[in-house]
Amino acid sequence: MFKGQTYGGDSFYEFLRADHPGLLPDWTRLDWSQIQVLHGTTVLAIVCKEGALMAGDRLATEGHAVGTRDLEKVFRIDDSCMMAIAGAAGPAIEMVRMFQLELEHFEKLDGQPLTFEGKANRLSFLLRQNLPAAMQGLVVMPIFAGFDHDKGRGRIYKFDITGGRFREADYYATGSGGKDARGSLKKIVGHMELSREEAIHAAVEALMDAADEDRATGGIDVARGIFPTVKIATRTGVEDVADGELKSIFERIVAQRRAA
Amino acid sequence: MSTPFYVSPEQWYQDKAEYARKGIARGRPIVALEYDTGIVLMAENRSATLRKISEIYDRIAFGGVGKLDEYENLRKAGVRYADMRGYSFSREDVAGKSLANEYSTVLGSVFTREMKPLEVEILVVEIKEQGSALYQIRYDGSMTDMTHWATIGGDSDRLGDVIRGGWKAGMSLRDAARLARKALAGSGNGGSLDDLDEKSLEIAILDRTRVGRTFRRVTGEEASALLRG
Repeated sequence: MFKGQTYGGDSFYEFLRADHPGLLPDWTRLDWSQIQVLHGTTVLAIVCKEGALMAGDRLATEGHAVGTRDLEKVFRIDDSCMMAIAGAAGPAIEMVRMFQLELEHFEKLDGQPLTFEGKANRLSFLLRQNLPAAMQGLVVMPIFAGFDHDKGRGRIYKFDITGGRFREADYYATGSGGKDARGSLKKIVGHMELSREEAIHAAVEALMDAADEDRATGGIDVARGIFPTVKIATRTGVEDVADGELKSIFERIVAQRRAA
Repeated sequence: MSTPFYVSPEQWYQDKAEYARKGIARGRPIVALEYDTGIVLMAENRSATLRKISEIYDRIAFGGVGKLDEYENLRKAGVRYADMRGYSFSREDVAGKSLANEYSTVLGSVFTREMKPLEVEILVVEIKEQGSALYQIRYDGSMTDMTHWATIGGDSDRLGDVIRGGWKAGMSLRDAARLARKALAGSGNGGSLDDLDEKSLEIAILDRTRVGRTFRRVTGEEASALLRG
């Protein structure tokens, strides 16, 4: 109806592609393996009793150098879900923004939000759009987690660069220190029985272990006051875990390790 | 040879205006009025799924009366327009005024160029840091900038009189909602006051106390508490 609008569906991404292609990024014309761009490192997700928790360290690397010390890599997407990103930070953060808008746009046009499954599928779709850029070196590795109101519990999906979508029952971690974080989590996490506090504790400990083994993962920087990003999605919404709480958990873990 | 058919532009526009007005007069009205921390929008609507009032953006809501398919298309175009602007600039750069202008342009150009005008009246309301903006756009594209409250649809002049008589600056949401209900109750095709309960009213607010998306529907028990309590 408005000038320049020909697309008639519910997808924001497809609307832009049809009517405003100039607004969409195109990273496919360069070989990015020869160029240093910001890379996000370790992020993780845990299912707990109240819902799902997501956490990430704050470091972004540029090759072997520190790119940013306080990058946010865990994002609230809407009232019930979150997305964490590892890999090329520019395209990843752009994907977060597009994903948020895609869900909001659908909800406004259609009058109701997508189901948890539907949201995960939309993220698959966005990843598939990124495949040409991923082939040029700009790989984005997201985790999607949140509270599924239809099922009444927390859920996690991991993805590969083709947009493949895989459910994880209890926990997952990705990024350069993802394997180390998973190693740390596997002994503690399981069966969705963790309380909120236990889940935060497990997440902080896993990020500390990842930072210990992986040079690209940022540790907890007490001097600068830089703590990991931790968010929890529950029945009532998505909340941030305050730095104060993370600091006391961090101190408890350090004390335990000293005593051991 | 037949004589060429001639209608003067005045006649042509008058006929179209009359046609559009007739269609709109059949539509149930919408009222929007400021309360202390936002704007409440209300309409009589017996359908639980087909909406007259909707969210456009963080601080902007939409109301449409008349032909459903026509205002529904305008609403969707508005959501796309707002989301596209928010994406290419920032969320704070999406303003009600530019959206109202777009609606005005579309309605105006359809009215002058097409055989059939759009049989709709559109309301664009926006909460600002201080106060609010309410734009009323008519079938011919003419736009009015209202202060504190606005009404559109059939019988809207009479509704306006009721609101004008009862509206006070800084009134609570409850008082504003009751005033809106009182205005709607007397409308030609509306029922009595008792007949207008939470099931037959569509109520939504733009709530300045919320962060980000401020639009919220008021339904079920919350609505009945608001109207009766």
